[in-house]
Amino acid sequence: MWRYLLKRFLLMFPTLLGVATLIFFLMRVVPGDVVELRMAGDRGVVSQEAVEKERVRYGLDRPLWEQFFTWLWGAVRLDFGRSMWTGAPIWEEIKLRFALSLQVAIMATVVAVLLAIPLGVVAALKQDTWVDYAVRIFSTAGQATPSFWLGILFILTLLIVFKWLPPMVYTPFWVNPWQNLAQLIWPALTVGYRYSAVATRMTRSAMLEVLREDYIRTARAKGLLANLILTRHALKNAMLPVVAVVALEFAFLIGGLVVTEQVFNLNGIGLLFVQAVAHRDYTLVQALVMLVAGAFIVVNFCMDVMYAWLDPRIRYR
Amino acid sequence: MRRALALVAVLSVALLIGPAAAQDKPRYGGELIFAVPSEPPSYDAHQEETFGLIHPMAPHYSTLMRVDPSDRTGTKPVGDLAESWTISKDGLVYTFKLRKGVKFHDGSEMISRDVKASYDKIIFPEAAMKSSRRTTYQAVEVVEAPDPTTIRFRLKWPESSFMLNLASPWNWIYKADILAKDPRWYEKNVMGTGAFKFVEHVKGSHWVGKKNADYWDKGKPYLDGYRALFITSSSAQVAAVRGERAHIQFRGFSPAERDQLVAALGPKITVQESPWDCVLMVAMHHEKKPFDDKRVRRALTLALDRYEGSKNLSRIAIVRDVAGIQVPGTPYATPPAELEKLAGYGRDINASRAEARRLLKEAGVPDGFTFTFKNRGTPMPYEPVAIWLIDQWRQIGLNVKQEVIEASAYHPMLKRGDFEVAMDFACGFIVEPDLDLGRFVSNSDANYGKHKDAVIDELYTKQARASDLEERKKYVRALEKRLIDEEVHVFYTLQWHRIIPHSSKVKGWTITPSHYLNNQLDAVWLSE
Repeated sequence: MWRYLLKRFLLMFPTLLGVATLIFFLMRVVPGDVVELRMAGDRGVVSQEAVEKERVRYGLDRPLWEQFFTWLWGAVRLDFGRSMWTGAPIWEEIKLRFALSLQVAIMATVVAVLLAIPLGVVAALKQDTWVDYAVRIFSTAGQATPSFWLGILFILTLLIVFKWLPPMVYTPFWVNPWQNLAQLIWPALTVGYRYSAVATRMTRSAMLEVLREDYIRTARAKGLLANLILTRHALKNAMLPVVAVVALEFAFLIGGLVVTEQVFNLNGIGLLFVQAVAHRDYTLVQALVMLVAGAFIVVNFCMDVMYAWLDPRIRYR
Repeated sequence: MRRALALVAVLSVALLIGPAAAQDKPRYGGELIFAVPSEPPSYDAHQEETFGLIHPMAPHYSTLMRVDPSDRTGTKPVGDLAESWTISKDGLVYTFKLRKGVKFHDGSEMISRDVKASYDKIIFPEAAMKSSRRTTYQAVEVVEAPDPTTIRFRLKWPESSFMLNLASPWNWIYKADILAKDPRWYEKNVMGTGAFKFVEHVKGSHWVGKKNADYWDKGKPYLDGYRALFITSSSAQVAAVRGERAHIQFRGFSPAERDQLVAALGPKITVQESPWDCVLMVAMHHEKKPFDDKRVRRALTLALDRYEGSKNLSRIAIVRDVAGIQVPGTPYATPPAELEKLAGYGRDINASRAEARRLLKEAGVPDGFTFTFKNRGTPMPYEPVAIWLIDQWRQIGLNVKQEVIEASAYHPMLKRGDFEVAMDFACGFIVEPDLDLGRFVSNSDANYGKHKDAVIDELYTKQARASDLEERKKYVRALEKRLIDEEVHVFYTLQWHRIIPHSSKVKGWTITPSHYLNNQLDAVWLSE
């Protein structure tokens, strides 16, 4: 078990190095550079000398390999430098947005899990009854509905029916929990619904498969209580693919909610990502990619740990 | 129909109560909340060019002169830190007396040294520093501070726009001692003499200012403070105003968004509208065939039915007026009757298009000729205007392919000259021929089509130095005729139209043609 986990843990580092290398050089391939855009991007009139001096200030005049290793050494020490667009430390640009995106991701995951697992299980147990059909319609609609559109519907409903709009400014949970939830519950519901749709279908099909296994039939033949069969034998085994779906979606939510963030005016990582790319803000894009890649890798690692817990074949391999 | 009637009713009410409201006694207190669609990259107005900086930050600063906040044309300079001024007979020396007792937010007194240091930073920046509007002060020879309350500008040649140019909303007065220690200090810090002090900036979220009790204009400001919310999506901005989470957004909304707000909020919303000092132009590369031929360029402008375009596009996009090189309703704008004599402005579109076809044939351009039109990847109003242009050109037998370039890469593309025909754009902070027309001079950085025209250069200089209003108008008109009619180096589409639907609680704010003006908020108040 420990060897398995150690192997998984060590694999995180070459993956991060690969991501770091890829994003660093990809950003340099994109046409236009941050200094040109920053100083003369929008009809700015500035001398070439000033542009060159600014390049020197950001170290962009140095050879590419030197820039790469300087940045990499900073990244190893978790010092990602300053944003080339605003001049502010990267951590300052990211911290509040990350807190918001992480909270939305957690809340959406809670919404998704609370919806998906009971619905998926019920649908499997009541296969081909009206309950199953209702759950399938509900989950198919969730998959087919873009979350930003659902977000707009939420906002319009709140505005037209309740004459109320969620707060426009993020307040951390520990400052004012009510204000915080009043703002974030709507995007969490919006995203959580779509997210739950995939997980519901996955739970249903995994449960159906598990319920047909020999060991379930044996448990029934032994006269075990139906609830016990469901929770101890069926659900735990059916959770493997569901955990994979939930975990990967969670990691995606941290940086991938660009449109939903726009609809609800959330000051999140997704929007910052888009702006950073548009500004060719190399240091910020690199830091954000590393952050999102880090989130994916950590979530994957947690998923591996859960796999080992859920499936003894993995930990004894 | 009901929506249209509601709109007319609200607009009429707004127009009727406008003057009355101006006479209302201002009420003290309250926090103005406004949406800002963009965010400042740095805090230094001398370097930046985005309204994302002006809107949240202008209330912290004063300028030497400012544009009269109650003037709808946005063209009348009045004193801000300047109390009085004199201009020498030869127009070469401008002397300003500064107000006494003006204090920076740190409690220190503002004196002429501070004004000089700020203008030196704008006009004569250090080599490594960016100064976005340096080139508009080429006439300035030196800035002097002979005593603590006097500031003097000596010019190399007389310039009729100079006074108005000093009212630029970008020319914030910084503290000389700070600039002497670190010229980049103002990139990351805020400290001015304005009506509001800085409280906080939460990146990507909001900006907060609170009332400056020591503001020089006693009795002002009326507000206790303000909060700028950074909201990039226009639907979220509309929702913010509609949900009364924001009172106003100072840049502008589209006609559909205005109608939506008026229909939802009725008398709770007031709409102010104005021609906007922004315009989309068509740039044609003079070194690429067949656009090196002025007959072809003329055919492109003749194809446009601007009057019909205005009628239809103004329903869906932020464009409206048919205009020449100056914003309609401002001192140097060409009257409509005179405008109709210029190529592409005639009322008989069939005759214009027949002429266009004839010119194309004469220039050897075959029917169905294909070219690429490069457009900026900003939906409003670039997208609808481009679609309209392409349709108009199709009607004279041209086959145009649109290529949309990402917004941030667009200007570098124009500068490289990597286009045949492209959308060019200009947004001014004050309607002033010197500021608006400098881009058409042969050696201008913004002459993307790379035309060379000594006549334009001469006319530009003549209008800039003319001291008599009528004489200057004559040169501006001649330049207009040369630029968009005789040579057709570029041509204008439709004037942008600024629409500000705001909470009826907001008083003391007047729309101008520029979204860079009237953001100091010292005269703004909330009725409840």
